This record gives sequence, C-alpha cells and structure tokens, in this order.
Amino acid sequence: MSDPAFDADEARRARNRRIEGVARWALPLLVVLLTLWAWDWFSNSTQTRGLIFPEPAKVWARLLADRELLFGSLLVTLRITFLALGIAVMGGVLLAILFTQSRFAELVFFPYAVVLQVTPIVSIAPLIFIYVQDPLARVLICAWIVAFFPILSNTTLGLKSTDRNLVDLYAIYGASWWQRLLYLQLPSSLPYFLGGLRIAGGLALIGAIVAEYVAGISGSASGLAFRILEASYRLNYPRMFAALILIAVVGVLIFAATSFLSWLLLRKWHESALGRES
Amino acid sequence: MTHLSPHPVSAEVLPLGQRPRLLEMAGISKVFNGQVTALQGMNLTLDEGDFLSLLGPSGCGKSTALRLIAGLMRPTAGRILWNGPQSRGDIGVVFQEPTLMPWATVARNVWLPFRLRGQSFASVKGRIETALDLVGLSNFAGSYPRELSGGMKMRVSIARAFVTNPRLILMDEPFAALDEITRQKLNNDLLALKEKIGCTVIFVTHSVFESVFLSDRIVVMAARPGRVVEEVRVPAPYPRDMGFRTSPEYAAQTLVVSKALRRAMGEEA
Repeated sequence: MSDPAFDADEARRARNRRIEGVARWALPLLVVLLTLWAWDWFSNSTQTRGLIFPEPAKVWARLLADRELLFGSLLVTLRITFLALGIAVMGGVLLAILFTQSRFAELVFFPYAVVLQVTPIVSIAPLIFIYVQDPLARVLICAWIVAFFPILSNTTLGLKSTDRNLVDLYAIYGASWWQRLLYLQLPSSLPYFLGGLRIAGGLALIGAIVAEYVAGISGSASGLAFRILEASYRLNYPRMFAALILIAVVGVLIFAATSFLSWLLLRKWHESALGRES
Repeated sequence: MTHLSPHPVSAEVLPLGQRPRLLEMAGISKVFNGQVTALQGMNLTLDEGDFLSLLGPSGCGKSTALRLIAGLMRPTAGRILWNGPQSRGDIGVVFQEPTLMPWATVARNVWLPFRLRGQSFASVKGRIETALDLVGLSNFAGSYPRELSGGMKMRVSIARAFVTNPRLILMDEPFAALDEITRQKLNNDLLALKEKIGCTVIFVTHSVFESVFLSDRIVVMAARPGRVVEEVRVPAPYPRDMGFRTSPEYAAQTLVVSKALRRAMGEEA
C-alpha cells in the first residue's frame, strides 16, 4: 500500500474488479446448483414422490434414454425455426426497404403488418390449418407471422434514422438510390436490424412451438412440442421435462448466436458493442 | 501528388477581379412553404480561386444559399449559372458535423466520392493516401471515426471534400463546434491546403475573426428576410499565418467587417 502510484481508492477498485471477475461465472453457477437441489428436494418431499414432478436425475436419465427420439424432434423444430427466421428476415427487410422508399407503400401496408402482429398466433393458427394443407408450410406460416414483425419494425426504424447530412452528401455526389441504400441506409440500419433479429430468433422458436401445439396430435410434424403433448397423454412426465429443457436450451442458444453475430458485426464501430473506455 | 494537381487554374491564384468566372447567382430567392422568406434577391458572382465567406447572424440565409448552390434545393426565383459544364464531383462539401460513416475506416470514408462514381478503392488508393497526407492523417487510414478526436474527424471530412479535386468546396460552419485551439490550427491547415491545390471555397461562418483570417471576399448578410448587405474584400496576400493573425492589418480588417456586420444587424432591428 506504500506504493504512491497505487492509492487506497485504486486498490479497492482493483479488488472489486477481481471479485467481479470470479463472481461473473461463479454466482450464476451457484444459483443453478441451488435450483437443482431445491427441485430435487421438492419432488422428493411431495406425497407423489416424484411421480408427477420427477427429480432432475430422472429427467436427465430420460433425456439420455430418449435421445434419438428427442433429438430427431429437436431437428424438426430447429428446421422450422430457422426456415421461419430466414423468411422473416428476407420478408421483413424487403418490406422495410419498400416502406422507406415509398411513403405510400408504408401507409397502405403498415396497418396489415400491425394487425398480423397484435392478433395472437394461437387464434390465427387453426384457420391457417384449415386452409393450408402442406404440413411444413402451415407451421412455417405461423412461425413467420410471429417472427417477421420485429425485423420489419426495427429495420424500418433503422433505415429512417440515417444521418440527414450523409443523405445530403450522397445527393450532392449524385448517388443513385441503389447506392444510397447499399452503402448508406443498410449499414446504418444494421444495429437496429440486429436488435430485431435477436427478438425474432426467440419468437420464431415460439411460433414453431405454438404451431406444433395447435397442429396437435393429428399434426404430421413431430417436433418437440408434439413430443411434450404426446408424453403428457402417456403420463411420461420425465420426457415432458426433458423436451421442455431442450426447447429452453435451444432458445438460449439462438439468443446467444444472434448476440454473437451482433457483436461480430458491430464491434468495430457501434456504441452498443464497445466496452466502456476507462 | 500528380493526381492532386490543381484544377484548370494554377495554384498561383490571380488577383481578385482577374480570375475566370466560376458561377453566378442572379436574383436568387427562396421562400419556404410560401411564407418564410429565407433568402431574398441574392446576387453573387464567384470566381475560380476565390475564398469567399458568407458572414451573418443566424437566420440570414447563409446555409440556404449553400444548399441552393449544392443543388440540394431549387430557388423560388432566380438562377444559378455555372461557367462550363457541370459534372459529378464538381462540388465537395464539409458540414458543421464531420458527417462520417461510423462503420467505415478513415480511408474508406475518404473513398466515398470516388466510390459513388464507380471507382474501385484500389484504383484511387494513391489519391486517398495523398489527401490523408495533406490533412496530416496518413497514420490513421485504418482507424474508425470513433477512435478520432473532434478535430481529426473534421480533417477526415475535409480530406473527403478535397480528394476529388472539385471545382468548388462548400463549407457550412465546419469549425463551429471545435475548441479555439483546434479551430485556429484547422484554419491554418485549411489555407495551406487551399494553397496547394488552388480550389475555390465558399465558407459559411458567424465568426468575424475566422472570416477575415481565411477569406479574400466576405459577403455580409442580414436576417429576416435573409439577404446580402455588402461585400468586404480582404486584400492581405496569402499565405497568411500566425503573423497575419497578430498584425495591425488583421485588426483593422476585423474592425471593418465587425462594423459591416453591426450595420447588417442594425438594419434588422
């Protein structure tokens, strides 16, 4: 402490940084372990002795035992999620571009986008299942409806928030609208788009799951939601939990992947991806 | 250096009054929304090699005049006549903000005017390097704008305006947001740069001192409605440096311009 270049205040700050470095991963881990322990204790203390509320070990064992079935379903759900997300990205971005190029297009079409967004998907899905026969298409449509709005609304906002002076500069240099879109508007809307993508990733998964639920036992898709329904009819509670955990893990992974993509694309220049400078 | 050789005129600018005509604004008026007269009956001739300042209080239409010349809007009345054919890249602009693209490196920001003309980065790399060299930023070609100070960002903006060697450079209060020390440094550097490539500049400012130091013609404007009141010439020869800034001649000129500006403000009151 006698070092004059390192006063007490700075020493405390350095200590706090060290503590934070450890706590950053140790605390969440501790909470997970505590949750597992409480779960285990609870399912063993109830009268049913883990029959309808299976302890973690049983769920894990079921997950391993049913891995082929569950991972097969996982792939089905993932496929729908990513297909829907892909179409949502394309549709959302194209519509956003249309909206920013033509004020009238926005006036005419935006209300429909809002209506699609605010109407709960569970209430639209049964209708879609009546009119659309293709099993993949119907589930895909449901997931797409849920996922595309955040992309559309965020990208539209981003395209509109282009620096006015830069727009003037492009005009002075005689840029075509295509050049302006490609070199100016799309890059400056990128942070907004990526924010929308993070939301849409989670929503695409939700849309896929909801669609499978509505498809129900009769549905030809056999995704994870179908497995949960099926397991509940068979009173196979550990499998329900196992499928549920898989869905949650997939959701977290999608979020992590989109966050990583966002960081990758913005780390060089955007405030959101920069560390606070000390 | 060969690429940035001066435009039609030689770097040694002819004396005022003997220079070839660049453009003429004849009876220009601009009325917004049929009600607000931003500019009324502006007549102005601009010759190649002029460093012309538009000086006046806010609302005097100096930025409107600049936007009209830039072709960003059309005048309500009057005409802007360019001497000779106009082409893309005739005009370079520096705004009050550096107006850089944050996602692009310094070199790629300076590349912009070329890029919009369809010229690849590789084909103009030399000119970009020369321009960055002229504003003293050759070591920052690969940096992103956020890594630069306010003054450095403005230098990038200036390099981008000069890089295509345009006939006319429009500067809209470019140094207003900078601190006094940086501002003086950039004033010196701007004159040095103009000296090297001999272009024509229209410089909008509300600083008497800045206008006298930089320009050989000062057009004093008044507000409500925005109009030209008078023109003051600053005959002091270039190059001007710190010596000029502290000379009695400079002090006398600022007094003349200050009085003209006061008359312009007085008329309005």
